[in-house]
Formats: sequence, C-alpha cells, structure tokens
Amino acid sequence: SATLNVDLQTDATLQVDISDALSERDKVKFTVHTKSTLPNFKQNEFSVVRQHEEFIWLHDSFVENEEYAGYIIPPAPPRPDFDASREKLQKLGEGEGSMTKEEFTKMKQELEAEYLAIFKKTVAMHEVFLCRVAAHPVLRKDLNFHVFLEYNQDLSVRGKNKKEKLEDFFKNVVKSADGVLVAGVKDVDDFFEHEKTFLLEYHNRVKDASAKSDRMIRSHKNAADDINRIASSLYTLGTQDSTDLCKFFLKVSELFEKTRKIEARVAADEDLKLADLLKYYLRESQAAKDLLYRRSRSLVDYENANKALDKARAKNRDVLQAETSQQLCCHKFEKISESAKQELVDFKTRRVAAFRKNLVELAELELKHAKGNLQLLQSCLGVLKSNT
Amino acid sequence: MAASSDRIPPPFPDTEEPGVCDMADGDRDEGEDIFVICSNPVAVSRGVSQPDNVNEQPPDLFREDEEEEASSATAKYNGVHSDDDSDLFAEAQVEPSTDKVGSSARKELSTSSGPPPSSSVTQSPAAMQPSSSLQQLEEEEDEDIFDVDVAVTNPEKIGDGMTAYVAYKVSTRTSLAMFRSKAFSVRRRYSDFLGLYEKLSVKQSLQGCIIPPPPEKSVVGMTKVKVGMDDPSSVEFVERRRAALERYLQRVVSHPSLLQDPDVRDFLERDELPRAVSTQALSGAGFLKMINKASDAVNKMTIKMNESDTWFEDKFQEVENEEQQLRKLQVVVDSLVSHRKELCGSTAVFAKSMAMLGNSEDNTALSRALSQLAEVEDKMEQLHQEQAASDFFIFAELLADYIRLLGAMRGCFDQRVRAWQRWQEAQSTLQKKREVEAKLLWANKPEKLQQAKDEITEWESRVTQYERDFDRIGMTVRKEVLRFEKEKAKDFKGQIVKYLDAMLQSQQRLVKFWEAFLPEAKAIA
Repeated sequence: SATLNVDLQTDATLQVDISDALSERDKVKFTVHTKSTLPNFKQNEFSVVRQHEEFIWLHDSFVENEEYAGYIIPPAPPRPDFDASREKLQKLGEGEGSMTKEEFTKMKQELEAEYLAIFKKTVAMHEVFLCRVAAHPVLRKDLNFHVFLEYNQDLSVRGKNKKEKLEDFFKNVVKSADGVLVAGVKDVDDFFEHEKTFLLEYHNRVKDASAKSDRMIRSHKNAADDINRIASSLYTLGTQDSTDLCKFFLKVSELFEKTRKIEARVAADEDLKLADLLKYYLRESQAAKDLLYRRSRSLVDYENANKALDKARAKNRDVLQAETSQQLCCHKFEKISESAKQELVDFKTRRVAAFRKNLVELAELELKHAKGNLQLLQSCLGVLKSNT
Repeated sequence: MAASSDRIPPPFPDTEEPGVCDMADGDRDEGEDIFVICSNPVAVSRGVSQPDNVNEQPPDLFREDEEEEASSATAKYNGVHSDDDSDLFAEAQVEPSTDKVGSSARKELSTSSGPPPSSSVTQSPAAMQPSSSLQQLEEEEDEDIFDVDVAVTNPEKIGDGMTAYVAYKVSTRTSLAMFRSKAFSVRRRYSDFLGLYEKLSVKQSLQGCIIPPPPEKSVVGMTKVKVGMDDPSSVEFVERRRAALERYLQRVVSHPSLLQDPDVRDFLERDELPRAVSTQALSGAGFLKMINKASDAVNKMTIKMNESDTWFEDKFQEVENEEQQLRKLQVVVDSLVSHRKELCGSTAVFAKSMAMLGNSEDNTALSRALSQLAEVEDKMEQLHQEQAASDFFIFAELLADYIRLLGAMRGCFDQRVRAWQRWQEAQSTLQKKREVEAKLLWANKPEKLQQAKDEITEWESRVTQYERDFDRIGMTVRKEVLRFEKEKAKDFKGQIVKYLDAMLQSQQRLVKFWEAFLPEAKAIA
C-alpha cells in the first residue's frame, strides 16, 4: 500500500506490493508479492525476496534499454539510510549515564519510533517504484521485470564496482553538458518547447522546496524534542515535594508530554505528505528531463543523419547507407516524440492528482493535530486555573 | 531557642478597643496594634478566628505546646507543606501588585480596624524582638498591605557612542502616606537600579532578608545598544532588561521591610540621584561570585554550627537542589527558544520556496493551491515568532529570575550562620576575659582587676546582643523563606498559565489557517 499515491491505474492483470520487510544489520530484505492473471507467470500469486541493489539493477536495465527511450523511467528508490538514526541510538547509549532512567527510556522509545518511521518510508518508496512499473503499459511487459518478480533465487546482482560508478559519473557529466547544449536549441514543436522550459524551471524549484522543507521539518522535530526534555525536567521538579506548586508542575509536565507527542506527529506528517511528495517529484521531474534529453539527442542524431545524407547525395557515395541510417533516426525520433508527448501528459495528470491528495491529507492532519493540541491546552488550563 | 512557653502572650484584655493587646514585649514602633481585634476575648491568646473579624486570621497554629493544632503548627514551622499555607492564607493573603496594570492590592483588612494603611506595614527590623511569638510573625505577614504599584517603561537612549545609556521611566502609584504624592515618576538608568541593590544588600542582608537581585550587567548587550537601538537583537535586549527591571522593582516594593527603606523611597521619588559608581563590580558573574565567596567563608568556619533545629539545614538543601533543577530546566528552555527561532527562519524560507514552485506549476488550480500553502506557511512563521517570544520573555525569564532569587536566598542563610559565628566568638572572648579576671584575682592586682571587670561587662552585653541578633535573623530568615515560597508559587503558576494561554491562542489561529486552506486543496483538479 503506497503512502505516496501517484494515481496509478492498477488492474487485476498485474498487482505488485511489498508485503513484508526485514531489517538485517546493513541490509533490508523486501518481500515482493505479485498477483497476476497474465500467462507469462507460472502461478497467479507468488512472492520473492529482494534487496535494494536488485531494484537498482532493474531500474538501470530500463534506462539502458533503447526501446524505452521514449518513456519516463520511474525513478529508482533511494537507498535505505539508517545511518543517522543508528548514530543517534548509539549516542543515546553513550549518554545513558547522564540522564535519569525515565528520560533514557523515553528517548529510546523516540528513537525507535523514528527508526521505524524511516523503515516504513523506505518500504513505501520501493513499493511505489514497482507499482509505477506495473502500471506502465509497456514497462510492465519487460522481461527483466518479470524475472525480478518471479525468480525466487538471488539475482546475483552485485552493486556497481568503482570503475562502473566512475563511468556512471562521467556519463552524467557528459549528459549535463549535453543537456545544456541541447536545451539551448529551440524546438520547432511548441509542445516540447513549452515542456522543456517548464521542466527545467520546475525541477529546480522542486529541488529547492524539497531541501527547505527538510530543514523546516528538522527544526520542528528539534523543538518537539526540547519540549520533551522540558516535560522531564518539570516532572523532576514536581516530584521533589508534595506542595501545591509541585502538583502544578506535575500537571504541566503531563501536558507538555502530550502536546509534544502531537508536535512530533505534526512533523512526521509534514515529512510524509509534503517533504516526501516534493522529493518524489524531484526524482520524477528529473526522469522527465532525462526523457526530453533523450528526445533531443535523437533529434540531433536525426539532423546529423540528414546532413550526412545530403553530403552522401552530393558526393553520390554510400547513399543507400546514409538513407537507411537517416530513416532509422527519423523513425526513432518520431517514435520517441510520440510516446514522450503521452508520457509528459500523464506526468502532469499524475502530478496534479498526487499533489491534490497529499495537500488535502496534509491539511486534514494539521487540522486534526491543531484541534487535538487545542483541546489538551483548554482542558489543562481549565484545571490549572480552577485550582489556583 | 529558648522555651517558647515564655512567649505566649497573656490573654487579651476584655475590651473593644483595638490596639490594647499587651504582648510580652512591649516595644512596638507603631502605636496601633493591628492584629488585635479583640471583640471576642474568649478566643484570647489565639488572637484569631473571631467570627466577625474581618482579618480572617488563620486559626492559631503557632503555639508550640501540646494543643491540638500543634502538629500543623510544627508543619508550619518547618515550612515543608505549603499546602497548609494555601488553606490558611488563601483569604488572608494580600496580593502584592505585580502587574503593571495597577491592580492595586485590595485591602484585606477592612478600615474598621482603625489604623491607616501606612501603619500596617510594620515590618521594620528594629521592631522585631526575638521574643515575639511566631504567631505574631505570621499575623504580621498576613496583614501587610501592599499598596504600591511600580512600572518601568519608555526606554530611551540618551547620548551617543560609547557614553550613551538607556534611561527608563519609573512610575509609581500609591496611597501610602510616606510618599510625596499619589502618582509620580522619575527617570532612572540601569546603574541606578544596581546602586539601589548594593545599598540594600549592605543594609538589609545583615538582617536576613532576601534582597531581590536586579538583572545582570551585559557588556555585549549594552554595546550593541550604544551602537544603535534599531536592530532586532538590541530591541530584544532592551525589552528584556526593561521587563526584568520592572519585576525587580515590583519585588522590592512588595517586600514589607524593603519598602520602608529610605533608599527605596529616594529611588522612586527623588528627581536626581547621585550617580552610583561602585556598581562596576556587580556584573552577573560578579554577583554570583559574591554569593559563592560568602558560602566559601561559611564553609571554612572552624567552629561548626550546631543546629538545634534542622529546619535551616533542610531548607538550605532544598534551595540548593531547586536551584540546580531550575538551571537544568533553563538550559532546555534556552534550547527551545533557539530552535523555535530556527523554525521561524526555515519556515519563512520554505514559504518563499513554495511560492516559487506555485509560480512554476502550469496547472492553474494546483498553482493557486501552492501559493495558498505558501501563505499559510508565512502565517505559521508569524506564529512561531510569537511563540518564541513567549518562550523567552515568559518562561526563560521566569527561570532566570528565580535562579537569581534562590542565590539571594542562599546568601541570607549564610548571613544567619555568620551571625551565629559572631555570637560564638563573642562567647569565647568573654570566657577568656573571665579567665583573665580569675588570674588577676589570684595575683591580686586591683587596678587591672577593675579594667578586667569592665571588659567582662562589655563582653557580656555583646554576647547578649549577638545572641539576640542571631535569634532575630533566624526568625527573619524563616519569615522570608515562607514569604518567598508563597511568592514563588504564585509567580510560577501565574507565569506558566500565561505561557500556556499564549500557546492556546497560537493553536486557535493555526486551526483557522488550515481550515481556510483545506477547500483550496480540495479544489485542485
């Protein structure tokens, strides 16, 4: 069940989800569960266990496949990253001596909850990737995809070694340099010209918004943590004695405990509904840009083939070869353009739907939490004011 | 302490006249004795809880004999369960006005008791005889009427450059006769406040009073202000100081003994004050050092104090613990303030970023929704800003005040120990003098003998004096602690409730913002 709804058309012919996941030291093991009526599969329902590297392998195989040049390749899920969380847990362990038992237990629970949240998120992101593939009319038929879903042995996909990673790096550098070049060429087709302008700007702004939302949510979490510590401190003060004032402190401590839980939920929900949304569309808009880039590349190739043909005709040498080549390029370019148009329209539809869903849910959750906080404060203040 | 049975006052004479109560020791400064509304003589040495007594005196709890209230009396003595306090003093408690908005203390004593308000503030230390009953002490405390309202406002930068300073308007409203008029104001600068504190410390702390400390010096803060008063951190600094100075003055005038001090009156009334120069020493660190130095001196004492009453030891320990706890809390609250400010900044930045994204978005309805979201985030930034101010000015400053006050309280415990030390030293000197006399008797030297006898007499009276001082300080410290605890409870409750109220307001506004946004989000198509 994807938390990030990207408005996918799921149908009975192929349904994929991640039914289980296990966190084991450094790796996460996802149980990929498939239900399908397609004849390609041996059974109608089956599961396999996959790790992150295998998802990346699948994604890269799509990217490298020339046949898929005209599609937005669903962005790869980010690597599961528990480093920060693990570090915090470790620091907590080291600092155990300096805090009271209650404080320690409380913080431990907090961090464990955080760890769980990160875990859930990574599961969701891997699932969304698979669902996107399964919902795509062409990609869902991909052989590698079927192997990924069905083959119940390890795919023996090793992570890229250093050399391969370096190659990737240079490929990206070349691509971005090219990208700049290609972006400079004005497209004859208005639709693509508009899309190019739009995507370049949109991508940058989503990137900015994503980074800033992360920072904002982090500050929010920090403030909630402080309120937690204040609650503990007030509790200590309140247990020194049984005076009126001490009882007062205990009540206020209780209030802060509750209100802090709500604040933490607000931060978590903002993370899920807003930050994750922006992150996802950062990756998707990059994938869309990549598509535009591939189309531009094929246009350049086509134009070059045209020039080569003219030259060949002029010299009357290797004309047939040049003609064939030019036809291939033309065909490729047209095929990409056609599917790209559809992909970009779909992209917009998905984007609008996803934003709508998440913004509505965000607003509803914020409202719920604010009302919850309000009620807590009202009832506590009622008690405190009547006692004094 | 001497047996308290000596201290039970004789029964009140059967009369309707106020002020005839004849306490064991007759020295009273004021002619009228305010807590003797003896309409019902049967209530007698309990002196209280007469049915038509507007005093609403608590029932007599302070007799140290075996009467039924003895247990609660001892509870009162030890001051441990101020739960009892709230029952007793709920009505008798007079409200020293701590609000700027002149909610002058209502007079709990109806004027039928006769004496004009000014005499109700009877607590001049000189009047405190060691042999007054504790009952009397408690009653006096109840009776204090604080009819003085002070406010510190209008900070104004005077001069330029490094010699510039900030002058504040100190306004007083009062109905006490000892002031020159009912409402007046003067201009004072920070060093004047510090000067007042120094003067009071020198005089009053010898008596065991808790002298409220003013806010600390801050070279950094003031330098910024000298350069220019316009930037936000300077504005915050000045406001923080103004509020702290106001609370400081309010605490001074609501203290019955301090209010009587001529220096306080001068501070409030005189148009010109001589510039206080010795305040150079009194920075924040300096103040703490002073307290700690005193503590060290006490710890190094060769004659260890033999506490007959563990109340002081226990209380001192409590105070130290509490100070520690408050410091810890202060650290966290400071952290909250800074994280809240961070949240402000990052929310503002995010809001702008969302606005930009909304601009790029080519679906109209979504574009508008994103712009609306950006506006909501902007409003949230405003909320966070206000919340941070509340965190700081209400919560953090409350803690800072009480950490300073607890330090001052430790100081007054130390004063008592010093007084004991003085007494012991005098006793040992007396002993030595007596030995000298004995030797002289033996050696038969008549001229020297007379001198020795004179010295003995002198030291005997000193010993008596020092013993009295010690007892008196002990009583004062007890009273002060009781009073302080009440004030503290009231202060904390009041301020925290205010803080929570501010939080409540925030949440209400938050609800409104999101309620307004939700339809916009739903309208996306």
